[in-house]
Amino acid sequence: MRFVLVTLIATLPALPALAAGAEGGGHRFPPFDSSTYASQLFWLVLTFGALYALMSRVALPRIGSVLEERRETIEGALRAASAAQKEAEEQAAALEASLAKARANAQSIAGEARDKSAKEIDAQRASVEKDLATKLAAAEARIAETKAKAMGNVEGIAKDAVSAIVEQLGGKATDAAVAKAISAAQG
Amino acid sequence: MASGKAIEPMHQFEINKIVELKLFGTDISFTNASLWMLIALAVISLITVYGSRQRAMVPGRLQSLAEVSYEFVANTLTGVTGREGMQFFPFVFSLFMFVFAANLLGMIPGSFTVTSQIIVTAAFALLVMGIVVVAGVMKHGSHFFGLFVPSGVPVPILLLMVPIEIISFLSRPVSLSLRLFGNMLAGHIVLKAFGGLAVMLLGAGAWAVIAPLPLLMAVAVTALEFLVAFLQAYVFTILTCVYLNDALHPGH
Repeated sequence: MRFVLVTLIATLPALPALAAGAEGGGHRFPPFDSSTYASQLFWLVLTFGALYALMSRVALPRIGSVLEERRETIEGALRAASAAQKEAEEQAAALEASLAKARANAQSIAGEARDKSAKEIDAQRASVEKDLATKLAAAEARIAETKAKAMGNVEGIAKDAVSAIVEQLGGKATDAAVAKAISAAQG
Repeated sequence: MASGKAIEPMHQFEINKIVELKLFGTDISFTNASLWMLIALAVISLITVYGSRQRAMVPGRLQSLAEVSYEFVANTLTGVTGREGMQFFPFVFSLFMFVFAANLLGMIPGSFTVTSQIIVTAAFALLVMGIVVVAGVMKHGSHFFGLFVPSGVPVPILLLMVPIEIISFLSRPVSLSLRLFGNMLAGHIVLKAFGGLAVMLLGAGAWAVIAPLPLLMAVAVTALEFLVAFLQAYVFTILTCVYLNDALHPGH
């Protein structure tokens, strides 16, 4: 490749000569026609110079600033978004914490209420039971009294009945014998 | 019948005077070449200057095009030379846009391809090398010429290496200009040859049956030429960046 280029360099000064030599012929290779070079160079310098001036002074600073501005806008928006997200997360955490606190609070209140009502119920139950016990004792005493009285009555009735039965049979029963028989029957 | 002129592949590179002008005896006529240079200038200005006039935060079509061009060239330049290469950005951008616009405008049938003229590509290449040398010397003084002296090479080999490096440096503008010139010229000649062949075959009686073949080739080559139009503008630009990098960071 390098040798090719070296050869080409060597032939480069000969190009105008080639072009000039070709001038004699009917068909000249247009790119080597050196009579057009001055005009092409002139207009190239003019147009490329104008292009360079326009690009470096107007277009490129403008496009560059637009791109820069857009990058900054996008970065700013991303920063704002991440800040907002962080804040939202913080708020969510705070909400979570206050929820947990409220829950604990509610549990303690419920516990207290439960304890208090259980105590009250116990106290009531104790008083009711005491009341019932006294009533029971009174009732039992009454029953025992009634029973004793009834037993006394039964003895009298039995004496009367025994003396009556013995008389009907034609016997004569002494009070002492009757009492002895009844107590034997009573066991 | 196809005339001789229609299949003359060199005809498209001819320069015709539109307005004859002379400056100090030198012919500076306004020609079709000048016209297409002006059109290239107008198209680029339309996209970059007119397109960006609103400085819109959300770009329209033209502004998007201008921004894409800006970022493409800026990425190419900073990719090769780093951030400090941005001082050459207006030049590299103008160069890329002008060459790319000229290449694409040349694809319009009947138009003139500014970059198919060796004087134009040579002028650009010499301008690039001139900027490289001037910027290199201004930045690094005589140290810039260390470019030709590879470091860590023994003296006997340096005697061989330095001339090679100098020749290599001098051949850069030649390869730079000839690559673009050759690609544009050859592509358009091939296009014209296939197109002309199709026309010729059409006019050649029974041979007209195979006329579609060169036509298909012409279509395929047209697609290829659009690729080449971009690729050569890109290659010209990236090589310019590589050479500018030498001016910024001489020494191997």
